[in-house]
Amino acid sequence: MKFARTFTALRMAVAASVVLGIIAGSAHAQEKKPVRVGFSIAQTGPLSGAGKSGLLALQIWRDDVNGRGGLLGRPVELIVYDDQSNAATVPGIYSKLLDVDKVDLLIGPYSSNLTAPVMPMVKQRNLLLIGNFALDANARLRHDKYFSSLPSASADQWAAPFFDLAKQLQGKAVALLAADAEFAQTLAGGARNEAKKRGMQLVYDQTYPPATVDFSSMLRALRVKQPDAIFVAGYPSDSAAIVRAVKEIGVGDSVKLFGGGMVGLQNAPVMQSLGSTLNGVVNYHTWVPEKSLEFPGVSSFLARYQARAKDANVDALGYYLPPFNYAIGQMLEQAVTATKSLDHKLLAKYLHDNAINTIVGTVRFNEMGEWSQSRMIYIQFRALADKNLDQFRGPGKQVVVAPAAHKTGDIVPFAAARK
Amino acid sequence: MSLELLVEAVVSGILLGGFYAAVSLGLSVAFGLLDVPHIAHPTLLVVGAYATYALAQLGIDPIAAGFMLMPAFFVIGVGLYRFYHALFERRGGDIALRGLAFFFGIAFIIEVVLILVFGVDQRLVEAAYIGSSVQLAGLQMPSRMLIAFALAGLLTLLLSTYLSRTFTGRAIKAVAQDQTALALMGADPVRIKQSAFGIATATCAIAGALLIIVGPVEPGMGRLYIGGTFCVAVLAGLGSMKGTLLAGLILGITESLVLTSLGTSWAPAVSFGLLLVVLAIRPSGLFGR
Repeated sequence: MKFARTFTALRMAVAASVVLGIIAGSAHAQEKKPVRVGFSIAQTGPLSGAGKSGLLALQIWRDDVNGRGGLLGRPVELIVYDDQSNAATVPGIYSKLLDVDKVDLLIGPYSSNLTAPVMPMVKQRNLLLIGNFALDANARLRHDKYFSSLPSASADQWAAPFFDLAKQLQGKAVALLAADAEFAQTLAGGARNEAKKRGMQLVYDQTYPPATVDFSSMLRALRVKQPDAIFVAGYPSDSAAIVRAVKEIGVGDSVKLFGGGMVGLQNAPVMQSLGSTLNGVVNYHTWVPEKSLEFPGVSSFLARYQARAKDANVDALGYYLPPFNYAIGQMLEQAVTATKSLDHKLLAKYLHDNAINTIVGTVRFNEMGEWSQSRMIYIQFRALADKNLDQFRGPGKQVVVAPAAHKTGDIVPFAAARK
Repeated sequence: MSLELLVEAVVSGILLGGFYAAVSLGLSVAFGLLDVPHIAHPTLLVVGAYATYALAQLGIDPIAAGFMLMPAFFVIGVGLYRFYHALFERRGGDIALRGLAFFFGIAFIIEVVLILVFGVDQRLVEAAYIGSSVQLAGLQMPSRMLIAFALAGLLTLLLSTYLSRTFTGRAIKAVAQDQTALALMGADPVRIKQSAFGIATATCAIAGALLIIVGPVEPGMGRLYIGGTFCVAVLAGLGSMKGTLLAGLILGITESLVLTSLGTSWAPAVSFGLLLVVLAIRPSGLFGR
């Protein structure tokens, strides 16, 4: 009898310890459950060049933050899907991230075109979203939990420094050439506004189709109008073809400023191949190795990025998108660490109210979630040689000519800079 | 538009048309003569461009690289056709639709392989004739476009001569007209078609070299050329090499004139509108029978 009671007590103790063990184990597992950060980013298709380098940057941030103990003591896990550079895939991917993967934090897809379909969803569900280089993505919905990683609040702000330079060079007549696609058209709209604000005359304003092979006909038509400045809003293949056509055909003696919003002239293979053909071109950029842009941590990040870039088969320099994608991670990290929470409302309030320290400088957001101080830079390619990628690693080859706060050299008229 | 600008636009259009013809000649053989819905043709052009890029990294001139790659591309074409024949053509049924799906799949796989091997960045090659121009009767013309035009002419001449003067060439034309009759004459239509498909693919090597000479390439670029190459092949009259050159020139000149005068965004609409007009008047194309 005594034995039976002892056995029963023992059984209960074992059962209790098992139950407690399960509970404790569960609590322990709960503690170690990763913080899931979800996003789509182009790994195939026309945006994949930037998309792959951006993903590598976010993976470096993940490794860094996990090395520091993670977020709220939990490891960070990236849940990533390839959107194939196709906006049609984006709503499905973000529904899956939210409803199936149940991610804790969201980053937007790379580029304006792909961010647009996500905005209604995050607004409807009242979620925090850090946009990944999306231009004017929150202009219509005005979502109070959207924050941008792009260092320019609008197309007008993006284009403004170029037209300040044109004014500085006594430019009065402007030519505008833009690809027939969302981003290029938005930027061209900003360029038109900025030209108008400064009383400049648009003597040529054309949109070209995406599959254009030869730009010599357009350059000839444009040359006849004798513009003082030419603003181009194009995509990587077009940008390289236009720069080559300018060398072959010329743009005429009237042109003092050429460049603007050419995507692709920030990519290492294109820069290396075009070499001296780029001399004199003034184009937008986000970061270059110039003294005025040496923010804390950026050199160390780029050293680590460049060490992994070759194996990952991505842009060898990584100046354009990667530092800003790393900064997205830092924005989330600083907000989560400071609020000790994953609550989107608290995180959004923190991001609105505080300065965020990143490797691309200290960022403050305005009520629209855009950078309160635009920091899109314009660089002029100078004294470049051919077939030399290493020349882009140091200062003096991509001189910052605008805005004044980050300027490292004065603008040189196009013809003089090409000599 | 001034007369000078008009002349420049026409000459630019002729050079551009030569390039369009060069990238469409292979499709004129595969789709025009063999009736194979070769939607992967533009992707094979991109493969030719990347192979040229790889050889150019070894110091080989891009045009020489294009010619050097032709035998390898012939073999690839033969293999691709045998695969297509064994899986689809031989089984009959709705070949066109299934063939379309097959070649779309091939194009997609090739694109992914290119991304894995070369990465996703744009690739360019360098040569003395890239980025330079030539003065011709007071007109400044890009050397790379002159080369594209010259090579298109040469390819058209070689293909036309081969198809009309050699036994295999005539057999290829015969298989396009009546496969059963050719079989009754003792020739193997499948072997003839695989040779023709090999030739069509071999042209992708040289046309791919032109693609990377004319501008930068990236793995997904083939998609941009699907409409253009099929437009040239259909406008030409299926299977006509001279027609392909002429159709390329017509499209090139039209596009150049529109880009110079009407407005750049009208260029594709005018080009495809022209195709509709020609097909309405001559449903078999310019040189079709």
